[in-house]
Amino acid sequence: MSAQVVIFFVLALIAVFGAVSLIVQRHPIHSALSLILVMVALAGLYLLMGAEFVAAVQIIVYGGAIMVLFIFVIMLLNAGVEERTNLSRLAFYAGIPLAVAVTALIAAAIVGSKAATALPAAAPDTLTSTRTLSMLLFTEFVYPFELTSFLILVAILGAIVLAQREN
Amino acid sequence: MVPTNYYLLLSAILFGLGIVAFVFKRNIITIFMAIELMLNAVNLAFVAFSQALGKPDGEVFVLFVIIVAAAEAAVGLGIIILTARNRRSLNVENVNLLKL
Repeated sequence: MSAQVVIFFVLALIAVFGAVSLIVQRHPIHSALSLILVMVALAGLYLLMGAEFVAAVQIIVYGGAIMVLFIFVIMLLNAGVEERTNLSRLAFYAGIPLAVAVTALIAAAIVGSKAATALPAAAPDTLTSTRTLSMLLFTEFVYPFELTSFLILVAILGAIVLAQREN
Repeated sequence: MVPTNYYLLLSAILFGLGIVAFVFKRNIITIFMAIELMLNAVNLAFVAFSQALGKPDGEVFVLFVIIVAAAEAAVGLGIIILTARNRRSLNVENVNLLKL
């Protein structure tokens, strides 16, 4: 077992632990911190795969901006421990088997498919450097890229309109 | 060298845990966080395929997903603030205005 596989398993365990912790924790702020743990572990996995720009964006945008927004809202609304109801017990008995079934289905498809097993091992290479990525972003994907700026503009306006107090 | 399968399986597990969180949690903010977890799981699969096939297109898609997630978080949290202000509660069971 090479060092990369060991690092993969450590990071994967951290990510799964964080995801389970998100479910188990009763307080939203603890769930948010668990999600940050998952995101940092995933950034480590991206680095392991040699996608350094995506790893940096993951930390800065996901771990930084989006999660800070979440924690900000949790604190703003003074969210407390969530209460249990009858419906959530129904969700417990119906939801978990269903989710396990979906995961098992996807996993069986991955393990069983010839295409996925025929893929070479993910190698960290220089092919997807930041330079290549930016070239691609401003040539082949320039229209989607410009559209995202409109999307963000609309999102800003929407957030302001939604959150403002009517008077 | 880590086989691509390992990344895909981890992605599937994280997605499944995201579904569990989505169904199981009652707090509207935590449900929103479950959606972010599922988006992250999909991003992992994108990068794994991108590396395995030797094409950077998948990583560009991850950037787009992150941008859309940021926009979604801004609008979604605005809606959550509005709901919490009107309903005085963050429990999704109290958000039943459209229920027949």
